Amino acid sequence: MHWWLPLKASTFTGPIDGLFLAILIITGIAFVLVEVGLIWFVVKYRQRPGRKAFYTHGNTRAEVIWTTIPAVTMVALGLVSNHYWVQIKGRNSIPPNAYPIGIHAKQFEWQITYPGADGKLGTGDDFTVRNQLHVPVGRPIMVQLSSEDVIHSFYVPQFRVRQDVVPGMDIKAWFQATVPGTYELGCSQLCGLGHYRMRAQVFVQTQDDYDAWMKQAAQEASQ
Amino acid sequence: MTSVAATAHGAQAHHDDRSFVRKYIFSTDHKIIGIQFLFVSLFFLLVGGLLAMQMRWQLGFPGKPMPGGGVLPETMAPGGVILPEYYIQLVTMHGTFMVFFAIMPLLVGVFANFLIPLKIGTHDMAFPRINMWSFWTFLIGGVVMLSSLFVPDGAARAGWTMYAPLSARHDYSGASIGQELWSVSIIFVGLSSILGSLNYITTIINNRAPGMTWFRLPLSVWSLFITAILGLLALPVLSGAAIMLLFDQIIGTHFFDPAAGGQALLWQHLFWFFGHPEVYILILPAMGMVSDIIANGSRKPIFGYHSMVFAIVAIAFLGWIVWGHHMFVSGMNPTLGSSFMVSTLVIAVPSAVKTFNWMGTMWRGNLRFHVPMLHAVAFVAMFVIGGLSGIFMAATPVDMQIHDTYFIVAHLHYVLFGGSLFALFGAITYWYPKMFGRLMSEPWGKVHFWLTFIFYNCTFFPMHITGMAGEMRRLYDPNQYTFLQPWQPMRVFISISAFLLFATQLIFFVNFWWSLWKGQKAPQNPWEDNGLEWSLPSPAPHGNWEKVPTVYRGPYEFSSPQVAEDYLPQYKKLPTDREPARVPLAGH
Amino acid sequence: MRKLGAMAATGAVLALTLAAWTRQPTPPAQGGGTISGKVKFTGTKPVMPKIDMSEEPKCKAKYQGVPTDETVVVNANGTLANVFVYVKSGLPASYAAPAPAGPVTLDQDGCRYHPHVLGIQVGQALAIKNSDGILHNIKAKAKANRPFNISQPSVMTSNKTFDKPEVMVALECNVHGWMHAWLGVLPHPFFGVSGADGSFMLKGLAPGTYTIEAWHEKYGTQTATVTVAGSETKTADFSFAGK
Repeated sequence: MHWWLPLKASTFTGPIDGLFLAILIITGIAFVLVEVGLIWFVVKYRQRPGRKAFYTHGNTRAEVIWTTIPAVTMVALGLVSNHYWVQIKGRNSIPPNAYPIGIHAKQFEWQITYPGADGKLGTGDDFTVRNQLHVPVGRPIMVQLSSEDVIHSFYVPQFRVRQDVVPGMDIKAWFQATVPGTYELGCSQLCGLGHYRMRAQVFVQTQDDYDAWMKQAAQEASQ
Repeated sequence: MTSVAATAHGAQAHHDDRSFVRKYIFSTDHKIIGIQFLFVSLFFLLVGGLLAMQMRWQLGFPGKPMPGGGVLPETMAPGGVILPEYYIQLVTMHGTFMVFFAIMPLLVGVFANFLIPLKIGTHDMAFPRINMWSFWTFLIGGVVMLSSLFVPDGAARAGWTMYAPLSARHDYSGASIGQELWSVSIIFVGLSSILGSLNYITTIINNRAPGMTWFRLPLSVWSLFITAILGLLALPVLSGAAIMLLFDQIIGTHFFDPAAGGQALLWQHLFWFFGHPEVYILILPAMGMVSDIIANGSRKPIFGYHSMVFAIVAIAFLGWIVWGHHMFVSGMNPTLGSSFMVSTLVIAVPSAVKTFNWMGTMWRGNLRFHVPMLHAVAFVAMFVIGGLSGIFMAATPVDMQIHDTYFIVAHLHYVLFGGSLFALFGAITYWYPKMFGRLMSEPWGKVHFWLTFIFYNCTFFPMHITGMAGEMRRLYDPNQYTFLQPWQPMRVFISISAFLLFATQLIFFVNFWWSLWKGQKAPQNPWEDNGLEWSLPSPAPHGNWEKVPTVYRGPYEFSSPQVAEDYLPQYKKLPTDREPARVPLAGH
Repeated sequence: MRKLGAMAATGAVLALTLAAWTRQPTPPAQGGGTISGKVKFTGTKPVMPKIDMSEEPKCKAKYQGVPTDETVVVNANGTLANVFVYVKSGLPASYAAPAPAGPVTLDQDGCRYHPHVLGIQVGQALAIKNSDGILHNIKAKAKANRPFNISQPSVMTSNKTFDKPEVMVALECNVHGWMHAWLGVLPHPFFGVSGADGSFMLKGLAPGTYTIEAWHEKYGTQTATVTVAGSETKTADFSFAGK
């Protein structure tokens, strides 16, 4: 059992896992400060006969310090986070040569349309497969997300990619898989009775394996 | 109801010739209204808990017949085995009952009503009849929501967040009238909140006793005041959205249905524009009451009172501009993701300030660990975890990974249970004597506290870990995913902890009810506190004071060098005190 | 005397109203007439797409080859299966058959509905069975009747009834998008579905002139008028042309 973030299988894991760890360290320090502090105070300042509390209304310098340090930390965190956010989800984040795959979500299946031999979506050689997402490793993939009915959400934990799929909107998201293998795509937005089973298999393959699969699948689909 | 607020108590109270119905049922007395909210909300807290227990049964023991499940209808749980449609109703109604009918009314309906006039030194609210209506509209909303569990096709089932178009169209959800009843009920809840807020704001501004300046108000009152403003501005947005949703459901409009030209994201923006201020409504009063209790338990003034006030105002103000952090991956413009991230990270700062000030209050204090103090300190410890986990979500790239997972479920339960509910246990215990004239059992209060603390952390801490692993929310059976199957033992552990946690709450309930009749009779000021309410007998009489007290100082003058005792009430006049300049309102 | 007369008149009116209100439906006349026939198919037999059940291994395992879509099923003898034939008009206005006690079963087996087209009487139970033991979500897109949308995550049976006639109610599974079935709800028992030999039979008809309709999910509807006398068998064939 893997007691941390899932296996790293995309280029996003670097920034996202790194950011996660950085936040864990920052919040960890705050956590230890507060919890140990509380326990310390609870023990040291408990009521005992003859003791009197220290009468004070506060300390302005302390207020300034413990306002400024969190504020500066949060601003820094925001700047770093935003840098990666723009890279991952920004309007111009999708690499121009990304390989397109159409994903149409519907209660309760993923209809995945591949661009066929010409590598372009919306042409005659496209074909659709149910609940199986095949992607070639090592190149940017752009998924064009659309929904037939309600809001669904495209989520592959190992790729650190999540994007809600909204009816009435055509949303593009991208990722680049780095490790060949079999993963799972889960629907991550409650979409009705079958939400818990709206699952697709994700196959990350070498370019050769992918091409071979594509040829065979296109043939089967045309029958 | 029979043991509450005894009437004429010596020369202190007005002559009370009201009938039983006017005194206890259709009462305009703010204290009775507060107690009515208390009894009804505790009932809904139990309902919310029972719904959660059923969810945890399914998650811990999927597909197995639930003990007692035989009472459920065949369409929901044949042979006691929960069906997916029932599971998502449980998820939806647990959240709905807990937010709207338990935590919000317990914090606001109970304590704003009960405490405000007592703590600012006046006889009742500015509009007592409107106040009475705020309770009855709340009760109607609750009955409507409860009834939705029993209608054909069951209750609403799109999550407490009710995202459209799943919630708007029956053919997508499989529900029917239950969805409409949710909207109708929420409209009543909104109305109740608005009526209450009108009272709280007006009363605090206009009816403070002589000498009760703004910066002598206890932090509980400050937080309730700011909360009331949030409620007044936020609840109408929810009610409006609920009306639009209801129209989509029954009269053929298509506000939220993209198939007919509507917009799915419109619901989310409206809901979260309300929803984020709502969660501050659910925490600020808790923070305020915790401040009062920690100062009392530490026998020290609150550290940084002015900072605390500014922090409350800052949290409330910033709370209006962070709603999009619930929507980072919703499909909204990513640039908005950037702006909402910044405002969300910034809102962490006033919460941090408050935490350090609570610690500062305890530092070099003379700590008394009565039951309310135990809960208040636990509040700080647990709220910090909830607040810190929020930082992970605020960082948008990380949110991509943890949005809609159990990491979020852990976060929200740490702030709402570890935070608000612990604060409520403390607050109910603290003001119980002033409500009912008796004390709750201290030993049983301690047993309840410790067991709750242990089982609560066992239930919710592991959810951070399964959320990190990618476990999504609202899944009827996570084992459908290969990568989630290894976590089943953890789900079992969480479920068993949850069952034990629920069972432990029976201790609180029994203590609460039993003490109404058999609790030790309470003295006037059992906690040796400084607020104005402690100048009245326990329980406080109708009309509170015949003549309102005068206020000579702030509420946190503990261990003051001016007196030998370690507390100095706001209303006690020392030889060195001057009369305040402000003249009391006529008739007071 | 006048008063008595008025009372008697009122009583009579009330009695007649009560009698009309509680009147039992006219029991179906003991008839022996039969309408039978074949549904022929002309033209090019369309190639039905294959169904890829790779993502549902439990169902895929139940097939030797690869199952195909059932929208158009042309039998080996050139007839069309899954055509729903029923008496559309011709029964007396007062006719109302009581619903049979036993249910009609719709089974989900191998991620397909069995049968693909079926008929049921108003008030009769539809027993929806899940023989696969995996999640099926059965959705009835009824218009005259109350629609429903329920889940069956394991081997189980759910019962539903329909209280209004409706031709046809579309049934689908939202977990398996290829699963479709069609249900005809009728106030009488005179309906049938053409099977593997393309034939249908409507039995027990009282003498009279009937309009019968043949319905196919892709090729639409056709009607025929048949007069039945006594216990004879009349033939009425239909022919649908492939497009």
